[in-house]
Amino acid sequence: MRHTLSVMVENEPGVLSRVVGLFSGRGFNIESLNVAPTLEEGVSLMTITTIGDEQIIEQIVKQLRKLVTVIKVVDLTELKAVEREMVIIKINAEDAKRAEILRIVDIFRCKVIDVSIDELTIEVTGDHGKIEALINLLARFGIKEIARTGTVAMKRALQN
Amino acid sequence: MELTGAQIFLECLRKEGVEVVFGYPGGAIIDIYDQLPNYPFKHILVRHEQGAVHSADGYARATGNVGVSLVTSGPGATNAVTGIATAYMDSIPVVIFTGQVPTPLIGNDAFQEVDIVGITRPCTKHNYLVKDINELAYTVRQAFYLARSGRPGPVVVDLPKDLMQAKTEFIWPEDVSLRSYQPNLSPHIRQIKKVAELIANAERPVIYAGGGVVSAGAEEELTWLAKNLNIPVTATLMGLGAFPGNDPLWLGMLGMHGTYAANMAINNADLVLAIGARFDDRVTGKVDTFAAKATLVHIDIDPTSIQKNVAVHVPLVADCKSALSALKDVIEPTLEQNYSEDSHAVWVQQVKQWSEVHPLRYNKGSKFIKPQYVVEKVYEISNGDAIIATEVGQNQMWAAQFYKFKKSKSFLSSGGLGTMGYGLPAAIGAQMAFPDRLVVNIAGDGSIQMNIQELMTAVCNNLPVKIVILNNGYLGMVRQWQELFYKRNYCETCMDAQPDFVKLAEAYGAVGFRVTEEKDVTPVLTEAFALPKVCIIDVRVDPEENVYPMVPAGASLSDMLLV
Repeated sequence: MRHTLSVMVENEPGVLSRVVGLFSGRGFNIESLNVAPTLEEGVSLMTITTIGDEQIIEQIVKQLRKLVTVIKVVDLTELKAVEREMVIIKINAEDAKRAEILRIVDIFRCKVIDVSIDELTIEVTGDHGKIEALINLLARFGIKEIARTGTVAMKRALQN
Repeated sequence: MELTGAQIFLECLRKEGVEVVFGYPGGAIIDIYDQLPNYPFKHILVRHEQGAVHSADGYARATGNVGVSLVTSGPGATNAVTGIATAYMDSIPVVIFTGQVPTPLIGNDAFQEVDIVGITRPCTKHNYLVKDINELAYTVRQAFYLARSGRPGPVVVDLPKDLMQAKTEFIWPEDVSLRSYQPNLSPHIRQIKKVAELIANAERPVIYAGGGVVSAGAEEELTWLAKNLNIPVTATLMGLGAFPGNDPLWLGMLGMHGTYAANMAINNADLVLAIGARFDDRVTGKVDTFAAKATLVHIDIDPTSIQKNVAVHVPLVADCKSALSALKDVIEPTLEQNYSEDSHAVWVQQVKQWSEVHPLRYNKGSKFIKPQYVVEKVYEISNGDAIIATEVGQNQMWAAQFYKFKKSKSFLSSGGLGTMGYGLPAAIGAQMAFPDRLVVNIAGDGSIQMNIQELMTAVCNNLPVKIVILNNGYLGMVRQWQELFYKRNYCETCMDAQPDFVKLAEAYGAVGFRVTEEKDVTPVLTEAFALPKVCIIDVRVDPEENVYPMVPAGASLSDMLLV
């Protein structure tokens, strides 16, 4: 099953490689990884999505907690969480297909951020399901390039 | 007053109560060596950096204190890596200080530069590159704290040369606090009560003790529990000595080369108390059949050890000593009411019977000297009071099987990593800590040659370790596997081209003995053990003797080869 882990770490050199090295060294797989500073100075937040059965995820969480530079690990999958990813997609868009693509862009509330004679570049934000659905829909037009941020996630408010 | 980085570093070691440093100088660490004569601790100059870390590790295992080694950058640091990984796998507290090129050169492929923090990241508990002289004292303090607290382990601190030359005020941080590192030491009392209840209701309980008992110093509590509740005890290689090896409740080691009684007890138990052990594959064999009839209780300080290899029923994250004393507090008041002297009597009887039917044995009366016989004689002559270090392979297993460890911290062996070349430098470390105790390295002819250069370290520091080579002319354990599982294809395991170990001992200024007949084993060992000198005793043993019992890798513990 796919799990989203929120990992709070000390923002110091080498911390990313400690986390990534833990995954590769123990044969765990990272699906996406996103890191950026938080409001608190010296603290960064990583959002890691990974796939594994319950036992593997339990090991991943425990092993992460064992790292000296990791402050907190939360498996957001068990909680109500908001998840978003931003994706930039460059797509084939000859005149005949353009209207249809724009309709899809509209329905999915994407933004067109670059246009050329036969290409459109669009920006989309959404959860994992929405992004996958959009990519599936656009695939038939021919996606030329794609850049994804990886998931960022946060626990919803008002939970016990 | 301002001090240089080198002085601050050495002040820190003094504050940490360091008595001995095992090291090897070089360009990047020279500033520390320049100051070393002004400080009170002893420096042992090894002959290879791997030896420095193994010696610090042996010192740590024998004393329970943090071992320290000091090496230079680049090749000095990479030579230390095997020692670091060895300590990591066995959770041994050592702090390794590596010299580093000056900070402006870091990342420029400078002479003798290597990213040792990167290299050792997967085999240290934590590691540091010190980038600011004002952080030096605090980093050293943290390194010692991390090495010895929680689940112990090796910590590397990389020290750039320019920082050792720079100056600042020395401020010793009294406290260490890391918000991201809070090892859980005290047990959950509800879990403890549950364990007490399980023990009270168990008919066939077994204690399976590991190195965690030794590192927590929980031997007394473990022995109390076993003796008062009449529970048989087995241990891993790392746990040998945690329970007296001459006690009637002692089953011997379990696992791949464990005793029949220990493995059968695990297989038939209805309750297994795993204490400070991690269900290593050399212990469990096939995981699905390990203790299949038992309720598993697992006490360990490291949450990642729990549920990693085996699903346990009652996990308990705590320091073994706190957990066992909490258990004692719960059980003691109800001892008379819940347990009688013959609690588990039928079970203990059954276990004894297994021991009697298939004891550890070997064929006597052969024309060859049997290696097991040699270990038995080492035990008898030393009265079981020696510190035994081992190399890795058959020699290690025979030492584990045939020396009855009465005391904890007396068996130094590379368990997790299985590092050939560990024994001699580890023995040197132990002898450094206990100059008056007999320290014996039980070695093979293959592995002794992996760090043989440390003979010089022992000789020139008057550390009279005894090296008993069980010389069979083979890389014996691999040959055994080839014999049993690879159709006797003895590819590259025959080591018949060997140095003359007696002359080699003499060349280093040690004393050499050669034993080729069984009748000479006792007199020669007795003579060597009495000599206050480094001795090599080259015993020519049966070249094709194997270690039994044996559970083939991946098989169930019940599938033991017994002969």
